[in-house]
Amino acid sequence: MNGIPMEHGLALAAVLFALGLAGLMFRRNMVFVLMSLEVMLNAAGLAFIVAGTAWGQPEGQAMFLLVITLAAAEASVALALLIQLYHRFKTLDTDKASGMRG
Amino acid sequence: MALTLLPLTFLFPLAGCLILALGYRHLGERASAAVGYTSVGLAALVTVFIVIDFMFGDQTPQRLTLWTWVAVDHFRPTIGLMLDGLAITMLGVITGVGFLIHLFAAWYMRGEEGITRFFAYMNLFVFSMVLLVLGDNLLLLFLGWEGVGLCSYLLIGYYYEHTENGMAAFKAFVVTRIGDIFLAIGLFLLFTELGTLDIATILDKAPALWQKGNPVVEAAALLLLGGALGKSAQLPLHTWLADAMAGPTPVSALIHAATMVTAGVYLIARMHGLYDLAPTAQYIVGLIGALTLLIAGFAALAQTDIKRILAYSTMSQIGYMFLALGVGAYSAAIFHLMIHAFFKALLFLSAGAVIISCHHEQEMARLGGLWRKLPLAYAGFVIGGAALAALPLVTAGFYSKDEILWEAFAAKQSGLLAAGLVGALLTSFYTLRLIVGTFHGEPGSDKARHADPGKGIQHGLPLIVLMVLSTFIGAGITPPLSDVLPAGPGEATESGHTALELMASATAMGGVLIAGWLFLFRRAWLGRVVARGPGAWLWHLWHNAWGFDALFDRLLVRPYKVLVRWLRGDLIDALFMILAALVRVCNAVLVRTQTGRLRTYATSMVLGAALVLLALAMGY
Repeated sequence: MNGIPMEHGLALAAVLFALGLAGLMFRRNMVFVLMSLEVMLNAAGLAFIVAGTAWGQPEGQAMFLLVITLAAAEASVALALLIQLYHRFKTLDTDKASGMRG
Repeated sequence: MALTLLPLTFLFPLAGCLILALGYRHLGERASAAVGYTSVGLAALVTVFIVIDFMFGDQTPQRLTLWTWVAVDHFRPTIGLMLDGLAITMLGVITGVGFLIHLFAAWYMRGEEGITRFFAYMNLFVFSMVLLVLGDNLLLLFLGWEGVGLCSYLLIGYYYEHTENGMAAFKAFVVTRIGDIFLAIGLFLLFTELGTLDIATILDKAPALWQKGNPVVEAAALLLLGGALGKSAQLPLHTWLADAMAGPTPVSALIHAATMVTAGVYLIARMHGLYDLAPTAQYIVGLIGALTLLIAGFAALAQTDIKRILAYSTMSQIGYMFLALGVGAYSAAIFHLMIHAFFKALLFLSAGAVIISCHHEQEMARLGGLWRKLPLAYAGFVIGGAALAALPLVTAGFYSKDEILWEAFAAKQSGLLAAGLVGALLTSFYTLRLIVGTFHGEPGSDKARHADPGKGIQHGLPLIVLMVLSTFIGAGITPPLSDVLPAGPGEATESGHTALELMASATAMGGVLIAGWLFLFRRAWLGRVVARGPGAWLWHLWHNAWGFDALFDRLLVRPYKVLVRWLRGDLIDALFMILAALVRVCNAVLVRTQTGRLRTYATSMVLGAALVLLALAMGY
């Protein structure tokens, strides 16, 4: 692992995070929104691992475990919502599901 | 023994009201009516028992303090009752006549919507009125006073679907409230001067504290009079009573004839000690009574609605009572109050019988020729009308009204006496016009042609009992007032009494005969007289009751409305409106952010987070 400098790992994490963020902001399909979220979470997890490895500390890995647990919980809730959305509106387009008149 | 039962006289009606109010979903029409009249009937039974016990006892005033209402320093009004001759007379009238009217109402209100509400209000009214007359302090009296005003408002506006009924209720409430404010200020004045509101203590202390004619006692008496004027519909606060006829007819009988409007008379009689010390105020009482009885008498001549005629005649008769109070003949006033309650309740109930039988027709021009079809109502009108016109010897009204005229004569108030005699003439006129117009001649409409007479005990019994009480038999009831109220000016002497009786009888008889001749045989000529020229002008004037409504409208209502409109846009309000406008602008901006699009929310969150990060990075 010593071969990869920390900057490279962090840059990868930042790029992943930015991609996920862009997907979250611009995608209308709910499935892609969720995937973007997962990407963002994993980017954060990657940053923890890289930082933990670089400094030789175990907390980075512990945090990553926490992040995947969180991601799993989030995925289950979000997928349930997704099914509900599809049942009710017969579409996965989040914009169509808006009931606001603002 | 009897004293401990006294609270039952108002607890029964209160219980009836609560049962009706809480159980209105579960009670049918018959059950509601039964609860309504049974509660008042039980109160009347208790009253009978108390009256018997009182009459055979030593007739001394007795007091029963239930509990202390409020205790602040030495201000300790109690829920205390006082039973004396005056209270017992009023109690008998309220529960006795009240019960008969409730019984009649059970017939009258058949098939009406909201009958439970009606009887709940009626019972609440009886409760308040009993509290008013039994209270031993002015604060409790004031509580009953306001309760009576509230019930009057509720019952006038009973048919609330029509706006004009609501307006009539509103008018009654506001006009009597003006009087109530005077009364409240009067109570404040009495409390600051005497340190108590207990009636017996006030009457006890007042002569020691004040000389006769002291301005403070004059002011207190005038303020109490202001309250009495509002509630008793006397000049200038009389305009509400005629409009109050918008309520169901039993309400008119109970509230606007037999009991509530007499509260003012009761108040002045109860506080007679103050008026004895305030000759000016007392003179004004008599003057207002005389003026009201004349003005209302003329107005009654030119009404076409049978209930409005009766309303103006009520005002006029209460004018007589005020006249009696004004000359110091308190017992005569209370005696007339009792007799008036009998015959006016009879007249209103008979009017109610006519109105229901003729399918809710109460315009005199569209009635007529009913005497064969509605014999009981006709008899009620004839006997009640005779008592109202005070036909000599056979009617109760003769004895009570004669006493008032005699007291005015004995007090050497020839002006008041003349007003009373002219009023008697007017009374005969409008009474005969009412009876002839309603029961004789040709039926004026199909409703009158197809009148169905009322049936059943609830319809017949109250009318018959009141008929009996309106004859000389009713005049035989002597209220036990001699211990409570001072003797009038006519007690000491008897000279000229027979002459005055003859004069009063001649006036009443003459009035009836002339009016009979005019209305039975000269109808067409009368119609021509009021159709044009000065006759039409007078008709118009009297039909609008001397234009008091229009006067008050111009003088008070319209300026008030202008003032309100003017105040609505004032500067301070505008300042606060800026604040409101600011909030509205912020609201408009923030509403735009709530689009319901997930992407927008995510973007704005990202932007916010970026801003925070930026701020952190910049070192803030």
